[in-house]
Amino acid sequence: MVLLAFLVLIALAAIRMRDLFIVVMLFSVYSLMTAALFMDLDAVDVAFTEAAVGAGVTGVLMLSTLRLTGRWERRPSHGPLLPLIVVGITGAALIYGTLDAPLLGDPAAPVQQHVAPRYIEQGPVEVGMPNMVTAVLASYRGFDTFGETFVIFTAGIAVLLLLGIQEGPETRPGRTAIGDQLVLRVVVKMVIPLILLYALYVQFHGDFGAGGGFQAGVILATAFVLYDLVFGEGDARLVVPPSWLHRLGALGVLLYGAVGLYALFAGKPFLDYSALAHDPVHGQHLGVLLVELGVGITVFSIVLAIFYALSGRRKAS
Amino acid sequence: MSGLPGLYNYWIAVFLMMAGFYVVISQGNLVKKLVGLSLFQTSVFIFYISMGKVADGHAPILAEGVTVYSNPLPHVLILTAIVVGVATTAVGLALVVRINEAYGSVEEDEIQARDNAADKATGRSGGSGESPRT
Repeated sequence: MVLLAFLVLIALAAIRMRDLFIVVMLFSVYSLMTAALFMDLDAVDVAFTEAAVGAGVTGVLMLSTLRLTGRWERRPSHGPLLPLIVVGITGAALIYGTLDAPLLGDPAAPVQQHVAPRYIEQGPVEVGMPNMVTAVLASYRGFDTFGETFVIFTAGIAVLLLLGIQEGPETRPGRTAIGDQLVLRVVVKMVIPLILLYALYVQFHGDFGAGGGFQAGVILATAFVLYDLVFGEGDARLVVPPSWLHRLGALGVLLYGAVGLYALFAGKPFLDYSALAHDPVHGQHLGVLLVELGVGITVFSIVLAIFYALSGRRKAS
Repeated sequence: MSGLPGLYNYWIAVFLMMAGFYVVISQGNLVKKLVGLSLFQTSVFIFYISMGKVADGHAPILAEGVTVYSNPLPHVLILTAIVVGVATTAVGLALVVRINEAYGSVEEDEIQARDNAADKATGRSGGSGESPRT
């Protein structure tokens, strides 16, 4: 409850600010609050995806853009009256729509009927993993997830087409203002191995606890983003060269698709993991592991490629 | 969470959605518009996750002695939507960067003014409302 009220306050403050730097920072805080809220609503997987993406990556990408476009927003030329009326009417209509909606937490609500009971009761038996979210994500709704992985890949390609990853004289290491901060350098050096280890844990333990390819990919990418921010672009690019990234992104999608095609050639429907092993539950385990690995590789490389593209862009003179 | 009206979460989601919508239609700065769009997006996430909550439920990870789980389906949908969301926001940011390089501004009305001036210069009828150019 309190969290939701905080969200409203932050949103209002973000609307009023003309300093876009503050707006972006507020948005990151807002995302972290949302993550806490998701935790409270039992959505643990979603919570730490939001924490990694919303509070981490989105903020960095927006700040990289601000560096190029300028920090201050101009006062809009037209008054706020007309938009306020439009927003008021739309909001009132939506509120009216919620009035006969089922109450929060109602177990008899239509959302809780249909397919959900089957996922909860049969999921752990059929797919053989305790985390139902991973089971639904990678097995029951594998088609959706394949599509979404592909969307991420396409978005990454679009960013690379628009911006490209520039190489320039400024990409030498140790040229950032932040790099002079001794405490920051030491702390970041200590934290990065832990982040990398945690990302791998999230990747491969996603069947049993909260986690999976999407979160692991983002967390792994944040480790490199952090390194890049503190130690300058050149160093991070030596570890993962930009030219690898689009290949890696394609590799992840191909891995996912190959699992599906393998099932197809084994005489089963596309993405039917029981084709992968003699025992259907073993097949599910193997399938989910490979598919999540594909997702993880794609998400990692695309997020990092987008970061390289936006942060490496030089100001047009 | 109990004790408060059961529609509270939905109302907040609607309010946040309208806040994002307001930013998108009323502010001229393109970066701010994208922040508004993300705000809008997050409100949808909150709406979905609120719907999936079951009273006295637990996180949908199989555990001993737990019989009531929250609905895992909205979690799956939103989990992927968040990551797709950051990728699409990044496309938007990339477009903003290119617009800034082409026009030297990310303010909507300045871009419009430059478009209109360019239309006049080439002899075409530069309407005040919309710009027909790519």
